[in-house]
Amino acid sequence: MADDPILSVRDLHVSFRTKRGLARVVRGLDYDLHAGETLAIVGESGSGKSVSTLAMTKLIPMPPGQVSGEVWLGDDDLVPLSEKHLLHYRGRRIGYVFQDPMTSLNPVHPIGRQLTEGMRYHLELSDEEIRERAIDLLQKVGIPSPEKRLDDYPHQFSGGMRQRVVIAIGLSCDPEVLVADEATTALDVTTQAQIVELIGRLQDELGMGVIWITHDLGVVAGIADRVLVMYAGQVVEAADVDALYARPRHPYTVGLMRSLPVLGDLERRDLASIPGLPPSPTALPEGCAFHPRCAFRDDDRCATEAPPLRDIGDGHLIRSFYEVPEEIAQEAAAEARIEIEPPDADDVGDAAAEVGSRSGRGGET
Amino acid sequence: MSDALVTVDDLSVYFPVGRRRDGTAVKAVDGVSFEIAKGETLGLVGESGCGKSTTGLALLRLVEPTRGSVTFDGIDVRELSARDLRRWRRRAAMIFQDPYASLDPRQPVGEAVGEALDIHDLHQGKQARRTRIGELLERVGLHPDVAERYPHEFSGGQRQRVGIARALACEPDFIVADEPIAALDVSIQAQVMNLMAELQRDLDLTYLFIAHDLAAVQHVSDRIAVMYLGRIVELADRIDIYRSPQHPYTQALLSAIPVPEPTRERSRRRILLEGDLPSPMDPPSGCNFRTRCAEVFEACGRVDPALAPVTDGHEAACLLHHDQGQAVERSHHPDAREHQKA
Amino acid sequence: MSDDRPDQPPSDEPAEEPRQPSAEQPELERPEGEHRPQWRQTLAILLSNRAAAVGLVVLIVMVLTAVFADQLIRFPINEDNIANRFAPPSADHWFGTDDLGRDVYSRVVMGARVSLQVAAISVTISLVAGTLLGLIAGYRGGWLDTVTMRAVDVAFAFPAVLLAIALVAVFGPSLRNTMIAIGIVFTPIFARVVRGSVLSVREDLYIRAIRSLGASDGRIILRHVLPNVAAPVIVQTSLSLAFAILLEAALSFVGAGVQRPTPAWGLMLADAQRFIAQGWWLSVFPGMAIFVTVMAFNLMGDGLRDALDPRQRTLIEARGAGGGEDE
Ligand SMILES: Nc1ncnc2c1ncn2[C@@H]1O[C@H](COP(=O)(O)OP(=O)(O)OP(=O)(O)O)[C@@H](O)[C@H]1O
Ligand SMILES: Nc1ncnc2c1ncn2[C@@H]1O[C@H](COP(=O)(O)OP(=O)(O)OP(=O)(O)O)[C@@H](O)[C@H]1O
Ligand SMILES: [Mg+2]
Ligand SMILES: [Mg+2]
Repeated sequence: MADDPILSVRDLHVSFRTKRGLARVVRGLDYDLHAGETLAIVGESGSGKSVSTLAMTKLIPMPPGQVSGEVWLGDDDLVPLSEKHLLHYRGRRIGYVFQDPMTSLNPVHPIGRQLTEGMRYHLELSDEEIRERAIDLLQKVGIPSPEKRLDDYPHQFSGGMRQRVVIAIGLSCDPEVLVADEATTALDVTTQAQIVELIGRLQDELGMGVIWITHDLGVVAGIADRVLVMYAGQVVEAADVDALYARPRHPYTVGLMRSLPVLGDLERRDLASIPGLPPSPTALPEGCAFHPRCAFRDDDRCATEAPPLRDIGDGHLIRSFYEVPEEIAQEAAAEARIEIEPPDADDVGDAAAEVGSRSGRGGET
Repeated sequence: MSDALVTVDDLSVYFPVGRRRDGTAVKAVDGVSFEIAKGETLGLVGESGCGKSTTGLALLRLVEPTRGSVTFDGIDVRELSARDLRRWRRRAAMIFQDPYASLDPRQPVGEAVGEALDIHDLHQGKQARRTRIGELLERVGLHPDVAERYPHEFSGGQRQRVGIARALACEPDFIVADEPIAALDVSIQAQVMNLMAELQRDLDLTYLFIAHDLAAVQHVSDRIAVMYLGRIVELADRIDIYRSPQHPYTQALLSAIPVPEPTRERSRRRILLEGDLPSPMDPPSGCNFRTRCAEVFEACGRVDPALAPVTDGHEAACLLHHDQGQAVERSHHPDAREHQKA
Repeated sequence: MSDDRPDQPPSDEPAEEPRQPSAEQPELERPEGEHRPQWRQTLAILLSNRAAAVGLVVLIVMVLTAVFADQLIRFPINEDNIANRFAPPSADHWFGTDDLGRDVYSRVVMGARVSLQVAAISVTISLVAGTLLGLIAGYRGGWLDTVTMRAVDVAFAFPAVLLAIALVAVFGPSLRNTMIAIGIVFTPIFARVVRGSVLSVREDLYIRAIRSLGASDGRIILRHVLPNVAAPVIVQTSLSLAFAILLEAALSFVGAGVQRPTPAWGLMLADAQRFIAQGWWLSVFPGMAIFVTVMAFNLMGDGLRDALDPRQRTLIEARGAGGGEDE
């Protein structure tokens, strides 16, 4: 991508003061996000995915939290900005969609009010224009007869519908960057398919950059242009989506792929689980953070020296002294491949089928 | 199947709603029938709220069924007296989704495991009890000296293993595992699935494995039942159901599941379901699924399709596959679909 | 970019073939962190709350005072000495003397025994009765619950003091009857607290999990419901002890409680008000004793509320506050 990134994160560190000591939750994160691009962040619970995106606009409690590094949104570095200045970025230029459609909406207010709140603050529009825009947004996210539903309360919507409302709120001020933090985790797969499709379509329409946080490697495969794999607050592997799935090279990513049950796997291969637990952010191991669980290598070097993030070609980055041997990497990728074609819209006639939103985008990257 | 350990026939659970007994009820489970053979794992999948947990609970009489029967190794479970029921529970255990909520926060995990032994008098003396608790913890990969620790000290995966150890304490024949991996990280899910598989091999266990993650269900199950709105709409061998799904809902479900292959994902044409899940208090007439079905035709509103064999060992509850002459009225007839819209 | 690995460090000799991801049994796991018994954790959290720690210390002092009152008094408590009435605090009479020339210090010390005893016994009565009622009502539900809670609502409609006075009026004033009256007045409070907790605990998943093992109702109530409603009950006990001391004082004050010449704090306060002009010390010292004790129970009650909540503890642990002494 030749064009300038809309968001550049450089050496982002986030830590929390706790009685156990300093919890170093994000430790030197770097990435770029371009307009229209989808960056997926995957990783285990507690690896710092949410905190790293929340910290961009300081949506974490500070203190005990502290943030350092640079977060360039266009020409502005957000890290030094005060709370007051950040208000102009939150929701306006960086929109958020969180996991739980139950708790991200306030049960006591009608959804119309919650949808227009940000617009009233950020956009200089008349009440009439705001209302129109709200209706338009609800229409866009696929809520039928939106003008009638503005005064309805969250409990009058189903889970999937609520998540659509939350997405409409995230989009309400035309952000340049949309952070979707486990936006579909709480939903059923059929609903997830709808929401994934929806965000993809809106992205194509509006040209925003999307940071998609998830732990579902299946979802990532379909939506991402580039993938960051996080472990213990650091990126351990970063690559374009095709490269990552074809040839994962970091032991953790390979372990993750091999532990994944795959639909339609005929002879029920053994799942290779990663033993042990991720480290606590207050007691990070010396050396490589993954070495205590690493199945490939743990020699003295891994235990004493922290590996740098290095480019192994074509922008494929890994944070490891050793990459997983090519054969094993490909084997892991092959294991994750499905063996039977899943049913497709073509199989059932075209009535309810819709072309997967991504079909046109494959060639772009 | 003659070697069935569990036979469920027309099982229904209705939860009355509101104070008035005016008959309004959530039909959480509505006429479900299946068998589980000894040593087999039956997977139960479906969307949130379709009645999976309720089925599992009703099977163990942890909620009282409204209708239908459950036979366990020749025992009619619904006929058991309160006392016999408690004694029977030794043979059929349950593992729960939320490994934290299913352990008493004030009970050390060793006691949680030991309690199962106490209830059924499965140990002789304090020392034997301690040893047995240690063995059980070890069996699930935990160090025996963690027995004194409290659930909040454990990680999610470790807690789930405590839950499994507790279930194993009674030496059950049958375990209902209700979303045992849903709350866990991907890398930990494999640990628990592998453990369950290993225990099944070693102890000759029979499982009902409930989950919404079809890939996981398929990995551990021998046969799979797909539920929609309180009913089983399809039941087949783990490969068959994937290779040739018969029910339009199963097809949509399978088509919606993302697979970890970028090229394929980008070019897939998913079957997107329209609309929302209907309310279980007021399910549609005829076929439950017709309001969202792409292949709906006129008869669907009238006839309530029963689960019937399509091929050997593959059952579906869909009029498309019933031999009653309606099969010709396929959705490909444009006028047939028009009828329905009205 | 694949087969040759340019970044491989030189140390990578062929001898060190990369280990295959092993399917071997992972070693046995333990949770992270150091294990400490639950009561110690509770205590640690309680003491980390400064107010609660102060409360605890005061209460320990009070209890010791009550226990060793016989050794601590400096004069016989009921020995009149008219010649030395209304003597101000001095080296002899630390808290001065009262209208009959009795040593106020000795009477306040002995009063601790009376007041704490009344509080303890009356709260024990209500604790046992209320918990039993609440448990049965909450766990069984149905008409039993309806009837019990109706009765509780009726009891709540009366102010506690009025109810207590009415009861003493029926039973006749005496130390024993005061305790019974206060016990009855507090029973509905405990019943309500326990029932509320039972209702929520009853629905908790772990209760269902334990039922699924074949546990009987009795076992579930005793081993699982009771310990899990203990926290709010303990908190309520602490707060009720405070209130019982006040109530006893109020009853004694209006003459419906402990009878003269027993040295109860409330009674002393009641007698002192007639002589407010003759000596401030007559009312200040018993008043302070009441105030300090009530305060201490309240502080401790609040501290216990936090310390006993295991969810709270998880939160604190997760945030790293529980582990006080490790780095
Ligand atoms: N306010 C806070 N104080 C202390 N630690 C915190 C705070 N907020 C988050 N953390 C810690 O930061 C770490 C990273 O949290 P984060 O929410 O980013 O994880 P995540 O990768 O999003 O995980 P998940 O998949 O569970 O959402 C965790 O260890 C968490 O305990
Ligand atoms: N005790 C209850 N009282 C009333 N309704 C209930 C009760 N338990 C379950 N239900 C309802 O019954 C239906 C089926 O619930 P169930 O928990 O069995 O679904 P599930 O398939 O397990 O869903 P999930 O995947 O969310 O766990 C839901 O509509 C639910 O709201
Ligand atoms: Mg998160
Ligand atoms: Mg469930």
